[in-house]
Amino acid sequence: MKKFLLNRDFILFIIICIGLISVGFANPLFITPSSISDVLTDTSILIILALSQMIVILIRAIDLSVASNLALSGMLISLLSTVHPELPVYYFIALSCIIGTILGVLNGVSIAILKVPFIVTTLGTMSIYRGLIYFVSDGKQVYSSEFSEDFLALIHFKFLSLSFLFWLAVAVFIIFYILLNHTRFGRNLYSLGGNPDAAKYIGINENKYIILAYSISGLFAGLCGYLWVARYSVASTQIAIGFELTVISACVVGGISVMGGVGTVLGCLLGALLIGLIRNALPAVDISQFWQLAISGAIILLAIIINTKTEQRKEKTVMVQE
Amino acid sequence: MSIIPDKPPFKILDILYKKEFILFIVLISILIINSNITPYFLDLYNLIDSTFLFSEKAIIALTMTFIIIARHIDLSVASIIAVSSCVLGYTTSLGYDTWMVLLLTLFSGALCGAFNGAIITKFAIPSIIVTIGTMSLFRGLAYSFLEDSYYNKFPKLVSNLGNGYLFGYIPYAFLTFILLAFVFAFILHKTSVGKKIYSIGNNPDAAQYTGIAVNRYTFVLFTLNGLFSAIAAIFLSGRLSSVRPNIAFGWELEIITMVVLGGVYIYGGSGTILGVVISIFILGMLSFGLGLLNIPGVGIIIFTGLLLILSIGFPSFVRTLRRKNE
Repeated sequence: MKKFLLNRDFILFIIICIGLISVGFANPLFITPSSISDVLTDTSILIILALSQMIVILIRAIDLSVASNLALSGMLISLLSTVHPELPVYYFIALSCIIGTILGVLNGVSIAILKVPFIVTTLGTMSIYRGLIYFVSDGKQVYSSEFSEDFLALIHFKFLSLSFLFWLAVAVFIIFYILLNHTRFGRNLYSLGGNPDAAKYIGINENKYIILAYSISGLFAGLCGYLWVARYSVASTQIAIGFELTVISACVVGGISVMGGVGTVLGCLLGALLIGLIRNALPAVDISQFWQLAISGAIILLAIIINTKTEQRKEKTVMVQE
Repeated sequence: MSIIPDKPPFKILDILYKKEFILFIVLISILIINSNITPYFLDLYNLIDSTFLFSEKAIIALTMTFIIIARHIDLSVASIIAVSSCVLGYTTSLGYDTWMVLLLTLFSGALCGAFNGAIITKFAIPSIIVTIGTMSLFRGLAYSFLEDSYYNKFPKLVSNLGNGYLFGYIPYAFLTFILLAFVFAFILHKTSVGKKIYSIGNNPDAAQYTGIAVNRYTFVLFTLNGLFSAIAAIFLSGRLSSVRPNIAFGWELEIITMVVLGGVYIYGGSGTILGVVISIFILGMLSFGLGLLNIPGVGIIIFTGLLLILSIGFPSFVRTLRRKNE
C-alpha cells in the first residue's frame, strides 16, 4: 500500500487533482464539464506527441524536430487541399502521416547510418523543415475559408460529448501501452535505453531501433500535422513553433528519464495532462500568456532535478543492498 | 637504444591532411566563386560591412568552442542575449550611468550562465537537458518582462559600439572578435588550462581522478559563455537599436554550426580555435554571397542546417565505409 502511495504516477495524479481544484476555487467556471472537456481536447495533440517522443527518449535520444515536422506536414496537406478540395479527408490524413514518417526516417538515417549525434541532427532538421515551409508556401497562410468542409468536419465530430481529438488520444495511449508493455519491440526499447552495450550483446540491432523510433515519432508528428491544421483551421509558417519544448517537458514531468530506459506510458500521459492543465489554467487565473514560455522552462528544470535526485537515491540504495 | 621523440617531426605534407587546411581551401574557393558571380563582392567596404553579419555570433562561438571541447553544449545562448538586451534597455530607461548599464548587462549574462553551470554541476544533469530548459526559461523571462513592447533607447556608447568603426575601417564588434580569438587560441593551445579542458572533454572521470576540478571548470565555462552572450547582446542591441523579446532567435543553432563545422568534435576532446575562426569566415562569406544573390534568409537557414548535418555525417560515413573495407 505504501509503495502504491509513493508511486510516481499516483503522486502526479494527486498533483493534477489538487491543481484542478485550486484553479476551480479561483475561477469556478474552469471546472465545469464543458470546460474540462475543452482542456482535454486542447491537450490531446500534446498527449499524442508526448507518447511518441517518449519512445525516442527511452533510447537516450531526443527529437527536437517534431514541431517543425508537424508544421511542414500540415502545410503540405493544406496546400494540397486548396488545390484539390474534392479529395476525401482520410486521403489527407494518410498523406500527412506518410510525409511525417519520411521526415522522421530522415532523422533516423542521419543518426543511425551517418552517425550524426541526435542533438545535431534534430537541431539541424528542426530548422531545415521549418525553412522548407517558407519555401513551399512562399510565406503565405492557408486560412479557414480555403479548406474544404470535409477537411475540417472530422475534428468537430463528438462522441459522448467528448471530442474526436480526445478519443484519438485515448486510442493512441492504448496502442502505446500495448506496444511498450506487451511486445518484444517495447522490451527491446527499454533495454537499449537502460544499457545500450548489453542490449547490443544480446543481439538487438541498435540502428534498426533508432530508425524505427524516429519514424514512429515522425509518423505521429505527421498525424498531428493534420490535427493541428484542422483544429485551428489555419496553416502558416509559424504554427507549433517551440512546441517541441512543451512536448519534452511533458515527458520529463511524466518521469521519462533522459538518461534512457526509465518511464511509463501512464506517467507520460499524466505529465502531458499536467502541462496541458497548466497551459489552460494560466489564462483562467489571469496570468499573462507571455509567462507561459518561462513557466514551461521552469517546469522542465524542476522536473528534471526531481527526477535526477530520485534516480540518484535509488542508485545509492541498490549499492547498499549489495 | 632508440630515441622516441615526444613530438613527431614536422612534415610539410602533414599540413595537407589537417582539417584546418581543408577548411581554408573551402574558404578560398567560396571567395573565388563569390567574386566571380557578383562584382559587388570584392568591394572593400562591402567586405568590411559583411563582418557585421557574423561578429556577434562569432564572439559567442569562441566560448562555445571551449564548452563543446569540454563535452558540454549550451543551447541557451540566444535566450541569454534576449535577457541581457532587456536588462540593457531597462537600465537605460531607468536613467543609469552608461558604465553602470554596461556592467549590469554583463552581470545579467554571467548570472544566467552561472545558473546553467550551477544546475549542471550541482545535480549532475547533462548540459543539453538543462540548457533546453533554460533556453525557454530565459527567453520566457524576456517575453514576460517586455510582453509586446520593445526598447529603442540605448546609451550613445552602445550605439557607437554596434555601428561604429575604429579608424573608420574596422567595426568594433569584428575587432573585439579578432582580439578575443587570439586570447582564446592562446589559452586553449598554450596554457595548462587549455590542456585541462581537452582532458575533461576526452574523459571527465579520468580528468577528475588526475585532480582537475572538473565541476569548477564546467561552472566557469558556462559563466563565461553567459558573459560573452551579454557582450554579443550589447553589440547586437546597439546595431539593431531596438530590442524585442525574440531577438537573436535561433542563433544557438548557427553558433553551434560555426563550432562544429570548424572541426570541433561534438562529443568533446578535440578541435582548434583556428578551425573555428576559418569556419566562421566560411559561413559569413557564404551567407553574405547568398544575400548578394538575393537568396532569402530562409534559404540560408536551410543551408546552415544541411551543412551542419553533412559536415559531421559525411566524414563519419566515410570512416565507417573504410572500416568495412578493412
